[in-house]
Amino acid sequence: MAKLAWPGPDRRKNIGARISRLDGPEKTTGTAKYSYDMNREGMLYAKLYQSPHAIAKVTAVDTSEAEAMPGVKGVYIEKDRRGEFPNITYAGDIICAIAATSEEIADEALTKVKVSYSDIGSPQMNDNDPSLISGRDQSKEQGDPDAGFGEADAVSEGTYGLACITHACLESHGQMAEFKDGELYVWPSTQNVSGYAGGLARAAELSADKIHVECQYMGGGFGSKFGADKWGSISTILSKQTAKPVKLMLERDQEHKVAGHRPSAFGTVKIGVKKDGTITAWDSDIWGSGGMGNFRMPPLPYVFTGLPNYRTLGRGIKVNRGAARAWRGPNHPQAALITMCALDDAAHAIGMDSLSFFKKNLHLTDRPEVYAEELDKAAEMIDWKGKWHPRGENTGGSMRSGLGLSIHTWGGGGGQSDCAVTINPDGSVVGRTGTQDLGTGTRTVQAIVLSDTLGLPVDKVRIEIGKNSLPASGASGGSTTVGGVSSSTRDAATQALNALLEKVAPDLGVEADKLEAWDGRIQEIGNPSKGMSWEQACSLLGGMAITKQGSKDTSDGTILTVSGVGGVGIADVTVDIETGMVTINEYAAVQDCGLIIDEKTCESQLYGGTIMGITYALYEETVYDPATGAMLNPDFEFYKIAGLADVGKIKVHLMRGPKYEDRGVVGIGEPAVISQGAAIANAVANAIGVRVPELPLTPDRVLDAISKGGVA
Amino acid sequence: MNAFEYASPTSVDDAVSLLSDSWGETEVLAGGTDLLTLLKQGLTAPRLVVSLSNVKQLSGISKKGGSLEIGATTTLSELVANADVQEHFPALVTAANNIGSTQILNAGTVGGDLLQRPRCWYFRNGFGLFGTHDGEPLVPTGDNRYHAIFGNSGAAKFVNASSLAPGLIALGATLSVQGPGGAREVKASEFYSTPKSENDREYTLKPNEVLTGVSIPMQGLRNGTYEVRQRRGLDWPMVAASVAFEHGGGTVSDARIVLGHVAPVPWFAEKASKELGGKQPNDAALKSASEAAVADATPLSRNGYKVQQLRVAVRRAIEAALA
Amino acid sequence: MSTKNTKHEPSGISRRGFLKGVGAGAVATGLLQEVSESAGIAEAATPTTLGPGEIPIKLNVNGQSRSLNVEPRVTLLDALRNRLDVTGTKKVCDRGTCGACTVLLDGKVVYSCSVLAVEAQDKKIVTIEGLGTPDNLSDMQAAFIEHDASQCGFCTPGFIVATTAFVRDNPGATLEEVREGLGGNLCRCGTYAGITAATFEQAQKGGA
Repeated sequence: MAKLAWPGPDRRKNIGARISRLDGPEKTTGTAKYSYDMNREGMLYAKLYQSPHAIAKVTAVDTSEAEAMPGVKGVYIEKDRRGEFPNITYAGDIICAIAATSEEIADEALTKVKVSYSDIGSPQMNDNDPSLISGRDQSKEQGDPDAGFGEADAVSEGTYGLACITHACLESHGQMAEFKDGELYVWPSTQNVSGYAGGLARAAELSADKIHVECQYMGGGFGSKFGADKWGSISTILSKQTAKPVKLMLERDQEHKVAGHRPSAFGTVKIGVKKDGTITAWDSDIWGSGGMGNFRMPPLPYVFTGLPNYRTLGRGIKVNRGAARAWRGPNHPQAALITMCALDDAAHAIGMDSLSFFKKNLHLTDRPEVYAEELDKAAEMIDWKGKWHPRGENTGGSMRSGLGLSIHTWGGGGGQSDCAVTINPDGSVVGRTGTQDLGTGTRTVQAIVLSDTLGLPVDKVRIEIGKNSLPASGASGGSTTVGGVSSSTRDAATQALNALLEKVAPDLGVEADKLEAWDGRIQEIGNPSKGMSWEQACSLLGGMAITKQGSKDTSDGTILTVSGVGGVGIADVTVDIETGMVTINEYAAVQDCGLIIDEKTCESQLYGGTIMGITYALYEETVYDPATGAMLNPDFEFYKIAGLADVGKIKVHLMRGPKYEDRGVVGIGEPAVISQGAAIANAVANAIGVRVPELPLTPDRVLDAISKGGVA
Repeated sequence: MNAFEYASPTSVDDAVSLLSDSWGETEVLAGGTDLLTLLKQGLTAPRLVVSLSNVKQLSGISKKGGSLEIGATTTLSELVANADVQEHFPALVTAANNIGSTQILNAGTVGGDLLQRPRCWYFRNGFGLFGTHDGEPLVPTGDNRYHAIFGNSGAAKFVNASSLAPGLIALGATLSVQGPGGAREVKASEFYSTPKSENDREYTLKPNEVLTGVSIPMQGLRNGTYEVRQRRGLDWPMVAASVAFEHGGGTVSDARIVLGHVAPVPWFAEKASKELGGKQPNDAALKSASEAAVADATPLSRNGYKVQQLRVAVRRAIEAALA
Repeated sequence: MSTKNTKHEPSGISRRGFLKGVGAGAVATGLLQEVSESAGIAEAATPTTLGPGEIPIKLNVNGQSRSLNVEPRVTLLDALRNRLDVTGTKKVCDRGTCGACTVLLDGKVVYSCSVLAVEAQDKKIVTIEGLGTPDNLSDMQAAFIEHDASQCGFCTPGFIVATTAFVRDNPGATLEEVREGLGGNLCRCGTYAGITAATFEQAQKGGA
């Protein structure tokens, strides 16, 4: 019988290999259809009307002139559950929507909408002024920090922070909705295919079983596309109202304003440290903003949770901007920036090199051996030995180089997932899961697991995902998808295989539990001469296919996915101290993630996460006018993300070997993006000799730090 | 965008005849990289767009007398590929290449670069050229990190965003313009003006005039451009400097240093130009010229960093010219 | 917010009463002649205008002549995606800053969001679909797959058009030249390492 447990290294053909993602041909030829690409005969385009005011009460909405325009077919006016106009709390919030026969007409119709407001207020846009704190205290204390500071040989104190950013998915949020025979069909850009329908039930006035969701390709989510959102309901309502398909995709400026923000975090950290590098105490006071919603203090001290004496305080500030949403690795980039920079400053305070200081204190983490190995590997990749110098001790010339490091952690255990595997009498195989592929390689991972389990080449199996009519699978959040779907696929495939083996056993005269699937054959274990081809074996099924359903919580309890990973990043930067410009020379990203299913796409997560990390380290921030609360950079012009030439040379390394791979599958999507801000900030400090306290490390901030710090 | 009529005349005269004498009633379309954005942002809503795509005589580069004549609809790609431009005007090649996007260079035109509207994010997001709300100015107490450090005492705080203008002014270029009254020439150095009202634009061109070309004397001047840009691909400079001067190997003469992205108009650094003239271009001379370039800067609350960047840009532009 | 002065006219006939299908600006016969007062020279007839309503145009897309009706304000991007259902080219910023809408126009890369459809007539338009199909991938498309240069894939069509043109125009390009030559496209997932590798490999092969 086939065993559920993952095969050992010598029994893996596709698992762990470098396999090109299966949807590469579709993506590279423009044949992949995204929500934004959905077109239908007679389809209407819906556009949203945004509030120009950050604080206001809507008192009247007059769409009559808009409705009189030829081509305008539907109008939706936002009302809350009591039937009242919305209270606006940030500029860009939605007031109404227009559906028209073309985008141009819909856009023009919006200009004819007349909205009346009362109680227009002055917004509060400052998220870095502790006097504006209004949230409750989140505090934690362990040991005796004051005594700890008393024992210290040096106390390092610093200010750290990072600005609010958005997800900036290239494909904006939205969906195409159409009703057919009283049922609703939607194509949303989503990272939650199985769970999406519930959010539309009220708008559609239908039970969930009559709402059909499909999303085969989506242009990025990063944590912002779990729900149907207001605009999902709006396009559904407009489709019902007009009896036409309606496509509503957010405009780029709306995407920045209303579709999610990563909360900011600022504050001070005080660390007590002994000359030998022992950390004796930590005291942090952090504030920041999740917009008008709650602020959750980042987990501090980050990774070094075994710190004997610490005190943390976190409090929120309310800012009139769009709501926060989970941003890839929620709160970990903030935690890493604050912690790793503070620790780096502490190392400098006692004249110890950062690498030695971090390594000395790894016993305060959950996985000291793993981090030690990873740090050593990253140090080798970046040539730490050859390049390291004490902070600022590279005087002369305008170009100063430096190194900085950071370590991070994440969970990433598989989320709930079901998969149905069907083996057909003609030998064809299909695995079906109501999951999604965000560009993370989900369908490829499943095909690899399915094919290896059945002893087939990858191109001999088919994977179906992206529909809520398929066995349910969790949202792609928390880096839980690869663990979930690989387990459920393995479980279903193993059960299906065992059912096939039962059918084949009599024909081969071998007991089923002495059979295996290997190299395109069903055979006695280790004995190809006593076997038959896959196709022959399947033909014994007669007229009836085998279908088995598997789960992440497997049928026999075998554990295929676990939680908990570590990773490190080291950055090599050059700063032009005359202009404040920061250039990334190299970045080394080292990561463990358990058993790797596809090495190629797994490495891509490290490259991609590093690039996203470089972007928030150097360029990205939301900018608002303080008086009106208007977002000033709701675009890709001044909301800057890194271009191809900005990222330097990225080197990645995945930890392999039984110590890591025997654990099971763990996710990597989020850990990949956590350390870059901290590592780069530390590298800049190392390069110029002073700390630039706030991300992004834009030239003005760098020059400001240089002038205050008196860099030679 | 609003719905507009579209015309693509085949001559400048025809184009001129279609233009209104008030801004915004009609608009001229060349490469489209700025106009389409303005239309989509609702910053202009013309009843007629007049395309120059069929006015073939506006495109092309040729030598005439001792000058290089560049048609206004010559694309930036064509400009940087031209052997004479490469040989004589590296300041312009650098500035155009610094735009950082082949797509923009292929569509964008010389005229369009000169006439583009400000990038000021208050302007682009609907607060007007002077960035106001309910009559109150927003820029002085708002986010002015990308705004002017010279010529900013009036209502206009935005910066001129032309890549080519500083270099063309430094090189003593002349622009030719055609209107209902015929053709006229205007020095590049006199072409730009700071608007006094929201309905003005940033140059002395009239609404019913078409910029037809640029003429640059080929005088063997050393010239160079340096821009401080945050990203290496498509991005706007934070500051820019273009310089041109005579330098036979001894002292510098006829120096003209023009600053970009620091004032509502391309900013002639008169003091700095005088500082450099008559000197050997050694470190001390470059330093004093750079200091002179920023001596009278009047930064706003968030753009003081531009002063430091600008003194560096001036020095590096001179170095580029000498290279 | 600025006020918008919009006028919507129902048909393709301009206010001057001229009707011309293709925007070549040719002068129609038998029309009014205006005399220029200052020069005393007879001017050509006032040029024709099109729109603001829909007008019939022809676009040459991937070698095929496609007929469609568009208002002058319709961008080439929207004409491709919304009118012709050629959706490989993507809409991301719609402001000429991100490259997702990159197409070849007479062989040159441009942002299709910043070109009016009426201006793209009489030009060869090549989109990602014109470079290859899943069964017949171009060398660059195959290289992108090999180097895993796509994740979500939304930037991929724009990048492949841009890189294809780049290697065609820069055979033998160095790594540094590749980096400098692709500044007009953005990726959020961070596929630059793969894109750089694929493009460099193809450039070294002499461009395909």
